[in-house]
Amino acid sequence: MTTGPSSTLEADEPLVADDDRGTAPTTGESTGASVRRLVIQPVVVLLVMAGVAVYVSTATLNPTEAGLLNIDSLVALTIEHLQITAVTAVIVVAIGLPLGILLTRPWARYGRPPVVVLANLGQAAPSVGLLVLVAGLMGVGFWTAIVGLSIYGVLPTLRNTMTGLEQVDRTLIESARGMGMSARATLARVELPMAVPVILTGIRLSLVLIVGTAALAPFIGGGGLGQLIITGVNLQLDKQLIVGAVLIASLALLIDWVGRVVETFARPKGLS
Amino acid sequence: MPDEKFTHGVDIELVDVSKRYPGQQEAAVDNVSMRIPAGEIVVLVGPSGCGKTTTMKMINRLIEPTSGQILLDGDNVIERDADDLRRHIGYVIQAGGLFPHMTVAANVGLVPGLLKWDKKRTTERVDELLDLVGLDPADFRNRYPREISGGQQQRVGVARALAADPPVLLMDEPFGAVDPITRSRLQDELIRLQDELGKTIVFVTHDFDEAVKLGDRIAVLATGSRIVQYDTPAEILTNPADQYVADFVGAGAALKQLTLTRVRDVELDEAVTVSLGGDAADAARRAQQAGRQHVILLDQRSRPIRWLSLRDLQQSSATSNAQRDEDLEAVSTASTLNDALDTMLTSSHGVVLVRGRDNAYVGAIRLDTIMAAMQDMQPTTPAETSQ
Repeated sequence: MTTGPSSTLEADEPLVADDDRGTAPTTGESTGASVRRLVIQPVVVLLVMAGVAVYVSTATLNPTEAGLLNIDSLVALTIEHLQITAVTAVIVVAIGLPLGILLTRPWARYGRPPVVVLANLGQAAPSVGLLVLVAGLMGVGFWTAIVGLSIYGVLPTLRNTMTGLEQVDRTLIESARGMGMSARATLARVELPMAVPVILTGIRLSLVLIVGTAALAPFIGGGGLGQLIITGVNLQLDKQLIVGAVLIASLALLIDWVGRVVETFARPKGLS
Repeated sequence: MPDEKFTHGVDIELVDVSKRYPGQQEAAVDNVSMRIPAGEIVVLVGPSGCGKTTTMKMINRLIEPTSGQILLDGDNVIERDADDLRRHIGYVIQAGGLFPHMTVAANVGLVPGLLKWDKKRTTERVDELLDLVGLDPADFRNRYPREISGGQQQRVGVARALAADPPVLLMDEPFGAVDPITRSRLQDELIRLQDELGKTIVFVTHDFDEAVKLGDRIAVLATGSRIVQYDTPAEILTNPADQYVADFVGAGAALKQLTLTRVRDVELDEAVTVSLGGDAADAARRAQQAGRQHVILLDQRSRPIRWLSLRDLQQSSATSNAQRDEDLEAVSTASTLNDALDTMLTSSHGVVLVRGRDNAYVGAIRLDTIMAAMQDMQPTTPAETSQ
């Protein structure tokens, strides 16, 4: 039953792997290749989405299929899906970023292991199981989906914030303190700027994870494109199922692209 | 003479300073007392792990002393706000410690910014300092650290430390990461700067040669930052306090002393000279009398042009149409005997000319000159007798 959504999740696996690239910025892909990727990726995604639009407006559909497979409801579902993603992303960044900063402060080191274990558990738990568990505690609804997805998606942001801050050269921090910068100024003007590339990668990975996992939101009353897949599976409407899966994958790639664009332009000048 | 525009150095005094880390039996710094006189470069030198860096970092409280007092111009540093204290002490670390995401100008202007200088004053100050360390502000101001060489980064690091005109500079193995040629140039530069600025500089290194070259005084440290000997370089080279210092000074203490002696301090040898257009036959005769194979040709302003051999002098035109030898081996009166020896060893004549003011010829240095100078120094040191 979860074939559709979990296939989108598996498509995310290589992205999680290239998070390693983020933590070791020097081994990044060559500029030419990344520029090409920045151009080609959105074009392909938009072509696929246009193809879906053409398909649903021209294909012969039975009345059950036509109920969801029309431009209006697809747009509505996409917007709903993006709303869930956006609200979750805001929460994930609002929690992951400050928590990551907090846990890398020398005086908070002891708080680290439990939090990291918890965040890892959040992501290691099967997504459906996690969502159902949250639904069991909170009942079904929009906010249940948001809470479940936040728990699931916070890890990359949290982990990359910590990694990014930890990989800042200790001698630079000492240099900053030695010049008379306060601990707070050192964080704001030296540590965070230098960690920006890695942190942005983490936020992008969180976002992609959330977009994909949001396909499960309809299970717990969250809505979004997942409805296409779930009704598609339940009623054996293959066309709906496929359109849903393709749209979710396209959204994930689109958001991944937006993230890469931001990463390219927000990277502080002077960092190689 | 120190420049009036800059704040002169102040005394630093360490009184019974100790640093103990919890869970460690030995103190990292064990009851150290020393006085660092205003306007001097004092080099803390010792093997790694001896506590020299810890000792230095306690002065700007990057490391808090466990006990004892550190007085900066008579004021106890412990009583001051740590951040404010550090804004008034220059700090230079290896490779400059520049922030890669800030331009050269932003790096240098950091401390003035922290001290709330206005923008215009900071900008002027940045340009002035880049100039001071030999970097063209127009060219370097807007570059990022990775766009300039290691030696240039180090210069920017020094400029940054001097930005707010602190009376005291702490330098933690600043030249450790650059190649030997650049290092030597940066050391010369630091000596020149210090002549101009007269700061109090505490310099940490494990390189004894660097200590001899830079230090007005050297403190040789052993484990626990114990001061084994605290004296001028010449005194440490000639009278090492004990075997530990002698071992640390290493072999060739006498040779190292050559870096302490300037060419102007020794009695120079004479070469046979002839002026441009002078009598070649007479020059050849004088050379033979003096037992020389070569004479040096000087121009109207006594600047050496080239060596002429007795054979060259057989032609009477030799003294009038001679080409200037661009690679003529010469040193200045301010050069060290070590430089002179180096130049001599690469010279084909076994002799080095000495040029004085306006590059005019003042004399020559031969191996004998250097041997004589070395004999004047204290002949033996424990280091050498122990070899």
